[in-house]
Amino acid sequence: MAKKKKVTKKKVTKKKATKKKVAKKKVTKKKVAKKKATKKKVAKKKATKKKVAKKKATKKKVAKKKSSKKKALPINLKKQLHDSILELIRVTSTVIPNDVQKVILEALEREKKGTTAEYAMKIIEANIKLAKNKSQPMCQDTGTILFFVEHPAGFHQNDFKKVVNKAVVEATKKGYLRQNSVDTLTGANNTMNLGPGHPSFHFHEHGKKSIDVKLMLKGGGCENVGAQYSLPHVPLDAGRDLDGVRKVILEAIVKAQGKGCGPGVLGITIGGDRGAGYVDSKEQLLRKLDDHSPIKELADLEKDIVETANKLGIGPMGFGGKTTLLGCKIGVLNRLPASYFVSISYMCWAFRRQGINLGPKNEIKKWLY
Amino acid sequence: MKRLDYPFNEEKVRELKVGDMVIISGKLFTGRDAIHKYLHDGNPSPVDLKNQIIYHCGPVVLEEKDGYRVVAAGPTTSIREEPYQWEVMRDHGIVGVIGKGGMGPKTLKGCQEYGCVYFHAIGGAAQVLAEKIKSVDNVYLKEKFGSPEAIWELTVDEFPCVVTMDSHGNSLHEKVEGESSEILKTLI
Repeated sequence: MAKKKKVTKKKVTKKKATKKKVAKKKVTKKKVAKKKATKKKVAKKKATKKKVAKKKATKKKVAKKKSSKKKALPINLKKQLHDSILELIRVTSTVIPNDVQKVILEALEREKKGTTAEYAMKIIEANIKLAKNKSQPMCQDTGTILFFVEHPAGFHQNDFKKVVNKAVVEATKKGYLRQNSVDTLTGANNTMNLGPGHPSFHFHEHGKKSIDVKLMLKGGGCENVGAQYSLPHVPLDAGRDLDGVRKVILEAIVKAQGKGCGPGVLGITIGGDRGAGYVDSKEQLLRKLDDHSPIKELADLEKDIVETANKLGIGPMGFGGKTTLLGCKIGVLNRLPASYFVSISYMCWAFRRQGINLGPKNEIKKWLY
Repeated sequence: MKRLDYPFNEEKVRELKVGDMVIISGKLFTGRDAIHKYLHDGNPSPVDLKNQIIYHCGPVVLEEKDGYRVVAAGPTTSIREEPYQWEVMRDHGIVGVIGKGGMGPKTLKGCQEYGCVYFHAIGGAAQVLAEKIKSVDNVYLKEKFGSPEAIWELTVDEFPCVVTMDSHGNSLHEKVEGESSEILKTLI
C-alpha cells in the first residue's frame, strides 16, 4: 500500500511541475489559451485520480478486514523481539563468551605461579564465574551499546530500533546496564542509555531469510586506548606496507600498557577512510577468536602480532607478565591513493559480545557465540 | 600476601613496596573526576579524609528498603586524576589511592612527600570487588554530583590489590613502560 501511495504522490508532483511550466508560458494570448486547455486536461486527470483513489480506499478497507484476524500476531512478534533482545543484553553483560573464556583460562595457566600477573588472572577468572552466577554485570562500565544486525531485504529498521530501545531501557532498570549515556554538553546522565548515537546501530542486508542480531558492550577504558595511524608514520619509520602496519600496531599496544584492562584483543582495519576504518575495526571483534583471516598475509600478521605482543612483558593489568594480548583480528578496506589508515580498537579482557539468530516468531533460535 | 587493616596511617603504608599483594580491610571512600576537581578548586571536603584511602570508582548502587546495596564496583582509570591527586594528599592527608592503570610522576612525587601508596585493583572485576563491600556507611555530595561521582563511605573486608606505586619513589608502571618500550625497539 505504501508503494502505491508513493506513486500517487509522484503523479501529483508531476502535475505541479506541469503547472509551473504552464505559468512560465504567460507571455502571449495564444499561449494563455493553450495553458487553459492544459489546465482542463489536468482537471480531468484529477478527476480520474480521485476515482482511482476511491478504489484504493476500498481496497484498503478490504485489506484491513483481512488483516484484522491476524492483528494479534505483529504485537506478539514485537513483544517476543523485545524479550529476545532483553535476554541478549542480559547474557552479553553477565556471561563471557566461550571463545573468550578459553583464551583467558589459557593465559591463567601460562602466568608464573605466585606472581601479580597470576593473581590478576585468578581474580578475573573468579569474576567471570561470579557475574554469571549472580546474573550481574561483569564490569560496572557496561560500555557503548553496539548492535550489528544482519537482515533480509524488506526489513524495517526503524521498527526494529524502537523495540530495541525499549529493551535497552528495561535492561537498564534491571541493572544489566549502567546508566551510561551522558549528554556531552550538559553532563546530564538521565536517559537510561538513549540519546544521539546511543545505542549504536549497524545494519547489513544479507541473502538469508532470518535475522542475526549481534551485540557488543565496549567499555570506556578500552575505547580510550584505541588508536588510528596515518601511514607513513615517520617516528617509527613505518611505511605504507604490512611491515609499517605491524610497527604501528605494536606501538599502540605499548602505549595502551594495562590501561585498557589487559590482556585484551585487538580489532584492526587497514584502509578505508577514518570513519569506516574505526567502524570496521570494531566489526573485526565480532569474529570468533579461533578463526583467522582468509587472506594469508593478514592471517600471518594476526598470529605474529599476538606472539610479538606477548614478548613485550606488559602482562595482565600492566603488572608485567607473559600475556599482553589474547587475540588480534585484522581486516582490510580499499583506500584512496592519498590515504593509508590503520585503525585499532582495543577490547578489554571483559570482552562482552554475543549474538542471536531469531526464529520466525522472533524467538531466540540459536546463540551465535 | 600482606594485610592492611583499619585504622590506616602513614607508618603502615610506608612499609609497603611495589609488587606487594595486599588485602585491605576497613574503610574506603570513593572519589573520581568530579570530587577531585571539586577539592582542587578549594572546596572543603564534606568528610575528614585524614589517614583514609580514596577509591577511584563509580559504583552501581541500588537504593533498597533497608539502605544502599552496591551491585558492581570495579576501579575506574586513575590517570584522569593525575593533575589533582598530589594536592589531595597534601591538603587532606590521605594515605592510599586505589584505582587502575597507574598514575604519573606528580602522583608518584606526592606519594613520596606526603606518605601515600597507589594500590592497583583488578580492572573489570566489578563482581569480585563488590562482594568485598560489607556495608555502605554514608554518602556525600550525591545530590550535587550524582551517584557514580559521589563520595561513598564503604566498609570492605579483604579487598584485593597490588601496590604499583609506593612511598619510596618506585612505580611499577614506569618500570614496565620503560622496559616494554625498550623491548619494542628490538622487535620492530
